[in-house]
Amino acid sequence: MRIDGMGRVDRARVLGFTFDGRRYQGFAGDTLASALLGAGVRLMGRSFKYHRPRGPLTAGSAEPNALVTVGRGARAEPNTRATMQELYNGLASVSQNRWPSLALDLLSVNDLAAPFLGAGFYYKTFMWPKAFWEKVYEPVIRRAAGLGALSGQPNPDRYEKAFAFCDVLVIGAGPAGLMAALAAGQAGAQVILCDEDAAPGGRLLAEAEAVDGRPGADWTAAQWEALRAMENVRLMPRTTVTGAYDQGSYGAHERVAQHLADPGAAPVECFWRIAAQRAVLCSGALERPIAFRDNDRPGVMLAGALRGYAHRWGVAPGRRVAVFGNNDDAHRTARDLAAAGLEVVALVDSRHDAENRAGDVPFFPGHVVSRAHGRRGLSAIEIRGADGRRQRVAVEALGVSGGWNPALHLTCHLGARPVWSETLAAFLPRADAVPGLRPAGAVAGALSTTSCLRDGAEAGRAAAADLGFAAVLPAIPEAEDAPGRLRRLWAVPGRGRAWLDFQNDVTVKDVKQAAAENYASVEHMKRYTTQGMATDQGKSSNIGALAILADATGRDIPQTGTTTFRPPYSPVPIAAMGAGAQGQGFAPVRETTSHAQSVAMGAPMVEAGLWYRPSYFPRAGETTWRAACDREVAMVRGAVGICDVSTLGKIELVGPDVGAFLDVVYTNRFSTLKPGRVRYGLMLREDGHVMDDGTTARLEADRWVMTTTTAAAGQVMRHLDWVQQAWAPGMDLRFVSVTERWAQFAVAGPRSRELLNGLLDAPIDDAGFPFMACGPVSVGGVAGRLFRISFSGEHAYEIAVPARFGASLFEALVARAEALGGGAYGMEALNVLRIEKGHVTHAEIHGRVTAFDIGFQRMISPAKECIGKALAARPGLVEESRPQLVGLRPLDGQSPLPAGAHLFAAEGAVTPDTDLGYVTSTGYSPTLGLPLALGFLANGRARHGETVRLIDRLRGAEVACEVTDPVAVDPDGGRLRG
Amino acid sequence: MRFSGWRIVREGLTGNRGWRPHWRTPDPKPEYDIVIIGGGGHGLATAFYLAKEHGLLNVAVLEKGYLGGGNVGRNTTIVRANYNLPGNSEFYSHSLKLWEGMEQELNFNTMMSQRGVLNLFHSDGQRDYAARRGNSMRLQGDDAELLDREQVRAMVPYLDFDTARFPIYGGLFHARGGTARHDAVAWGYARGADARGVDLIQNCEVTGIDIAGGRVQGVQTTRGAIRARKVGIVVAGRSSQVAALAGMRLPIESHVLQAFVTEGLKPCIDHVVTFGMGHFYISQSDKGGLVFGGDLDFYASYAARGNLPMAEHVMEAAMTLMPMIGKARVLRSWGGIMDMSPDGSPIIDRTGIEGLYLNCGWCYGGFKAVPGSGFSFAHLIATDRPHAPAARFRLDRFATGRGLMDEEGTGAQHNLH
Amino acid sequence: MRLSCPLCGERDRREFTYQGAAAMVDRPAPGATTEQWSDWLHLRDNPAGRTRDLWYHEAGCGAWLVVERDTVTHEIFGTALVGGDHAD
Repeated sequence: MRIDGMGRVDRARVLGFTFDGRRYQGFAGDTLASALLGAGVRLMGRSFKYHRPRGPLTAGSAEPNALVTVGRGARAEPNTRATMQELYNGLASVSQNRWPSLALDLLSVNDLAAPFLGAGFYYKTFMWPKAFWEKVYEPVIRRAAGLGALSGQPNPDRYEKAFAFCDVLVIGAGPAGLMAALAAGQAGAQVILCDEDAAPGGRLLAEAEAVDGRPGADWTAAQWEALRAMENVRLMPRTTVTGAYDQGSYGAHERVAQHLADPGAAPVECFWRIAAQRAVLCSGALERPIAFRDNDRPGVMLAGALRGYAHRWGVAPGRRVAVFGNNDDAHRTARDLAAAGLEVVALVDSRHDAENRAGDVPFFPGHVVSRAHGRRGLSAIEIRGADGRRQRVAVEALGVSGGWNPALHLTCHLGARPVWSETLAAFLPRADAVPGLRPAGAVAGALSTTSCLRDGAEAGRAAAADLGFAAVLPAIPEAEDAPGRLRRLWAVPGRGRAWLDFQNDVTVKDVKQAAAENYASVEHMKRYTTQGMATDQGKSSNIGALAILADATGRDIPQTGTTTFRPPYSPVPIAAMGAGAQGQGFAPVRETTSHAQSVAMGAPMVEAGLWYRPSYFPRAGETTWRAACDREVAMVRGAVGICDVSTLGKIELVGPDVGAFLDVVYTNRFSTLKPGRVRYGLMLREDGHVMDDGTTARLEADRWVMTTTTAAAGQVMRHLDWVQQAWAPGMDLRFVSVTERWAQFAVAGPRSRELLNGLLDAPIDDAGFPFMACGPVSVGGVAGRLFRISFSGEHAYEIAVPARFGASLFEALVARAEALGGGAYGMEALNVLRIEKGHVTHAEIHGRVTAFDIGFQRMISPAKECIGKALAARPGLVEESRPQLVGLRPLDGQSPLPAGAHLFAAEGAVTPDTDLGYVTSTGYSPTLGLPLALGFLANGRARHGETVRLIDRLRGAEVACEVTDPVAVDPDGGRLRG
Repeated sequence: MRFSGWRIVREGLTGNRGWRPHWRTPDPKPEYDIVIIGGGGHGLATAFYLAKEHGLLNVAVLEKGYLGGGNVGRNTTIVRANYNLPGNSEFYSHSLKLWEGMEQELNFNTMMSQRGVLNLFHSDGQRDYAARRGNSMRLQGDDAELLDREQVRAMVPYLDFDTARFPIYGGLFHARGGTARHDAVAWGYARGADARGVDLIQNCEVTGIDIAGGRVQGVQTTRGAIRARKVGIVVAGRSSQVAALAGMRLPIESHVLQAFVTEGLKPCIDHVVTFGMGHFYISQSDKGGLVFGGDLDFYASYAARGNLPMAEHVMEAAMTLMPMIGKARVLRSWGGIMDMSPDGSPIIDRTGIEGLYLNCGWCYGGFKAVPGSGFSFAHLIATDRPHAPAARFRLDRFATGRGLMDEEGTGAQHNLH
Repeated sequence: MRLSCPLCGERDRREFTYQGAAAMVDRPAPGATTEQWSDWLHLRDNPAGRTRDLWYHEAGCGAWLVVERDTVTHEIFGTALVGGDHAD
């Protein structure tokens, strides 16, 4: 119901919305929860386990009960706290975890079965018969569990991530946070002020007490404007600081447009990474309930929330209200609601010596509320005196206060444990819990408005002063300064169930049962009962449960344990923290200079180490990839082919000591390489396994260029930097990655020189440019580099030009190749060509193989040291029984040889113990007219000519193969030199 | 007390007053035959199998905090036997068989849910490796199935098959893999060990290992000296510190691995799905939360918490793989401390000290190993001979180069596995 | 997490690649035994507390750094260039 004359909503702006299909009206400034309460709706959800009817417990982000799904279709947001969702016109919301309807939920039968569903019951049953878990029990449990449902559709909304930097981050814009931001801002520090609420002010919006002689909300608005006027202050409402991380890093979640019917071009949410030199935590305190029988009825809420709904939104769950507390603060609720014209029928205070601070309301000192009545909404409470006498009082709303817990969550994120304060009966944060962060205000135990204002101002000043700003303490406005008197009471003894964790349905009995079963550690109790595991992470219930456990195990609270919190402070959508990655954004896309032309030629592009490379270039009449591949292989073997090899890593090295340096990183010697020559090299990791291979060219005496495989380019660069900086700092050389700077193309085939000589400004010949030569060339006036190297096994070159000329060179090369009976070739043909030649790629040098395994042991120069040489000599790495690189071909000349198949002796059992090896690469060789494969076979070099069985149980293949040398085409290399 | 549906009904009808402690809280005795250092999943399972398989009852488990407080309580609950290399292959195969009988063996519902593990692949090369791995699994007698893209789509239609950065080529499906209720595994073994007479001693930190004449004599603890003929160290996350008490340096570097859970949701993910290109894996708990994780934070750490870069990377992987979970909200993140070994595979072996045994190096595969590790470690301690399925988990393999089990092929850099 | 590169100043952890213990800098001398090599590559002090380890400013200047920090609190005490005096 609405309370006349109360609240700060704009009653001139009426907003229509729906809940479970029914139309309601609220006002601008409402939350969904306040609008529903204003419309007379108390029942907003169902609990997790017993499906108990529930209304809001809080007016903020700690809400355990009033979770709804907001929005339609793919935009639907399950588990939205109605207490945080700002109302907009047309908002559509539905209740969750009920069937068929919120009012009539058949699964509330669970509540009747509660005696059998206590703490951990599921660990003790559902074990028979064995097969029923997956088939029967689990599906039923899964369907009954869960809260809201995802739409199942891809996220349609825009989310963003951003970085921000500041001198002082102020977390929370209540009285302490506003003063902290003012103090630091006036000192000239760069300040970011975040608050999870849409409006600043914190509790000041929820209280009657004046600040500086004005209503707290008005004072807040004035400070907010003053801060807004400062250029060095950034105000971030609707932004929850969700986590504290190392070196002043914070995560923050901004709800940018969740309060709008149509976000338009704005992202709906943004996840911030804030780097702050200092932080002031002004997160306030969260009220905690007192457990009593059936204290979860809709209409029972925290006393501060009840008061806040009246002051901020002008609503109440009903006209007849009562208040139950163990502290002075609860009296304010009774006082304010009475002043608002509601019928306050009881102020119940468990302290027998409490004074009534609420004025003219029926006052019950030394009494407790021992029970709530009314299944779908509170109808009455039972008040019990110290003498045990009970009376039943009809009410529609009850405010409960068991005191306040500092909202110290962020101070636990780096692992610090809070400290129990006997005086406050609450945990307080350690001052040094997060380096650079100072808690101030209620979170630090300052509970009056005046002490919050003062503490916040001092913390803001100190933070700025720490950073060298000349900071002065701002004037502290006049405000209430009441001592927060309290006598602890966690649960009202008695029969029935008294709720601690509302959402997960953990009751006082459950915690006691856990203790009786010796789940006596607080972590055991939490995990056994699920206390604190719900969407509110136990914000309102953890301390109470800890106190009950302490009592049940005969310990005090510090002995029993502390509670800790992990990020995030409140839940963050995956789409916000993962913004930008949906679809293509997860990883960069790298394209070579010939990309557009390859696509235009119809080549399917495949991913290779973030690059995209053409798979094959289909021609008219070719209906399969194999047809194109076979033709491209034949082109290279018979005429000339063009392949973009720019994706290979290229590292340019300059200096007199490059040769000596390469001797360290390569197994073989490079210092003897003559200028104008290229050499193939093998690199090992320190553990003696192959890291990478490639060619390095000595362009001039002091200028070299190294190529790496596409996949290992980054790793090799890292390695070279390491070797130079750690072990060769005295060597005179410099190097830099030039991978993207040069477009490089393979020109391969018997007509390759013919092609080049039609293109180069000066022709080449075999004498001037023999196999493994390199040198500068000019192509249409452009200075390029030419290397006579070959991966295909043919007479071949690689020609490199600055990237800006790559596209035009590719076009020219392909046109000339086609004129000579060749053309472009892709990755499929490249792969077949190298399998025919027995050349390895990362399919073979997959990180577990040694130079010995691939038959390159003689490339480890005995005459010098190199990285990896020592450990490559471990006995287990040079045993003949190791799988060694071999070629394979089917005895029948036609059966495909699937990669991933394992190898076995021609006859005998097939077991893990008889496993001899596996197939790494496979393809059809049009040159030889049969399938070929490369693989690793135990003692393989000694088995050439033997027959082995290839077995692939996944795809049902069994093929008898001949073991061969890895090189199947042109073993003498005559074509290379031809 | 035997647990069953009938017991629950009986207790429910009589006010649930009959429940008894699941384990005792004994004081340590001055001497045991065997002391197990570490009351996590592996340590509790070891004690259980020492008692059950070998009849060794004079055993204590010493836990510096609370039972199951280590990695068994902070993981993503995945159980599988889908390894490629000899050593791992037979070990995890054995472990999975123990999982399949665990609830009956322990009379405790650990909710082993064989919902299937799907490893996606995104290129021809990855398919080839998945096939090789799947063939290893089949050879070992485990199940494996190579699915093409359309078969994957039929199984998990909510993945992004159309616009994702790394297109889905197919998947390797392991139907007997799944998830289990992690805490319950520790509690079930604890209860089973306690019932057989093992002393489970919590809040008892080992501060010294007594060695004389090359032989272990016992341990020093915060609750006094305890003599023992044999001592097993099984303390993932603290292995280097405890081994140092015996003068050993281990091939272990400790790293933090984060994991995440969302708010509860109605059933939407029915399998365990893994995405190698993003190092991302996810399943949905029976309670409804999506449980997922990623890679290490990559820097050595003993803080059971991580930092944002990896957390964000994990969320990004989720968004590119299955954009339907964008509106699920991350509720909680946590970190476990991983014993990272140089080849990514574990160690179950004797040490140079007679009577001192070592079980460590589980990297981030320790949860699924719990029963197998306990079984094999118990066998080693009881008989002084390695248990066949764990016989390759030798400490000396790094020095000899024999039998390295580098599944990732990333080499001897601890954090890359 | 943020690190200070001696050359570039304070940067986000995302710019750095981690390698492992700084003891890796002390490579065994030529002629060391296989056992010495193996211990160097595989064994770790792995302290829970103050440690020195290697980070590479991969998305920055390419410098390898020795970072002195605490593995429990993640506090960073200092960073220095690998190679020390030789690096210029």
